[in-house]
Amino acid sequence: MKELSLHILDIVKNSVKAGATLIGIDIIESVQADELTIVISDNGCGMSKDFLARVRDPFTTTRTTRKVGMGIPLYEAAALQCDGRFDITSEVNVGTTVTAVFGLSHIDRAPLGDMAETMTTLVSGSPEIDFCYTHQTDTNRFVFDTREIRKELGEVPLNLPDVILWIDAFIKEGLTTLALSRGETNK
Amino acid sequence: MKSLEELKAIREKALGQVNMRTEQEGNIRVVVGMATCGIAAGARPVLNAFVSELAKRGMNNVQVTQTGCIGMCRLEPIVEVYVPGEEKVTYVKMDEEKAARVVVEHLANHKVVNELTIGAVEK
Ligand SMILES: Nc1ncnc2c1ncn2[C@@H]1O[C@H](COP(=O)(O)OP(=O)(O)OP(=O)(O)O)[C@@H](O)[C@H]1O
Ligand SMILES: [Mg+2]
Repeated sequence: MKELSLHILDIVKNSVKAGATLIGIDIIESVQADELTIVISDNGCGMSKDFLARVRDPFTTTRTTRKVGMGIPLYEAAALQCDGRFDITSEVNVGTTVTAVFGLSHIDRAPLGDMAETMTTLVSGSPEIDFCYTHQTDTNRFVFDTREIRKELGEVPLNLPDVILWIDAFIKEGLTTLALSRGETNK
Repeated sequence: MKSLEELKAIREKALGQVNMRTEQEGNIRVVVGMATCGIAAGARPVLNAFVSELAKRGMNNVQVTQTGCIGMCRLEPIVEVYVPGEEKVTYVKMDEEKAARVVVEHLANHKVVNELTIGAVEK
């Protein structure tokens, strides 16, 4: 995929399908360590030890429309192609955590891309699920948490067009501020 | 700065509108395939184009929703349009410009964009 934010959208969709009610997306960009770490965690149905051992194989899927599941293998390949690491931990009825580490300055690393669009796509597709997205640099941190938004909105659903537009602007602004604070433009 | 205060205003406005859009009759549904195959082929900007074109035109009788794999991965991004009382229309190999066309020609002016449908592309 062209952007890491597209992989994130895809991997979080797995969490949605697993029945999660709370999904965390934590991005840590460390220039010092020259690493970009993405941790996606959910409280969904989890996977058994046996299934987990096979899940990086494309022929492992619970889909019925086709025989291959490409989401996890593609994401793992994206990390490994830039001297990264990849790990999944999971426990049945507790949840799943997918951790990918990318060489930040590696030439084969895809750009992070449009995280605001990934988040609005997720929220408008699953307005009842809570998403907590944190983005950390060596010096600063940005947080977007739907639980805070829900508090303000009360009974009004999160997928209202006005709310989605607000979320898009909120994240774009937050990430621009993060980028400026380390003297770079947004990648 | 974007503030949580603005959400309060959005909330008041939404509660003031009696006819919440989900209860409106004659709702059109636009369904975008958003599994790995769709996302890799460009479904995210297609979805976004539908949402923003519809918002721009104030067409709140159309609901945009997402689904998983429709089962024809090489034709992604795939978009299905459901108009009440009419047969489902399946658009394939979509992009942002085609999405804008479907909004204007099909959703606003009720004319199916035949050349973008699965029937035309598969020939
Ligand atoms: N967070 C998760 N919680 C529980 N099960 C998961 C989770 N992520 C993946 N799985 C299981 O692993 C399988 C493989 O996932 P993967 O994303 O590789 O492919 P897929 O989702 O089946 O299809 P695709 O991603 O190609 O649309 C899934 O079908 C699902 O059964
Ligand atoms: Mg998947």
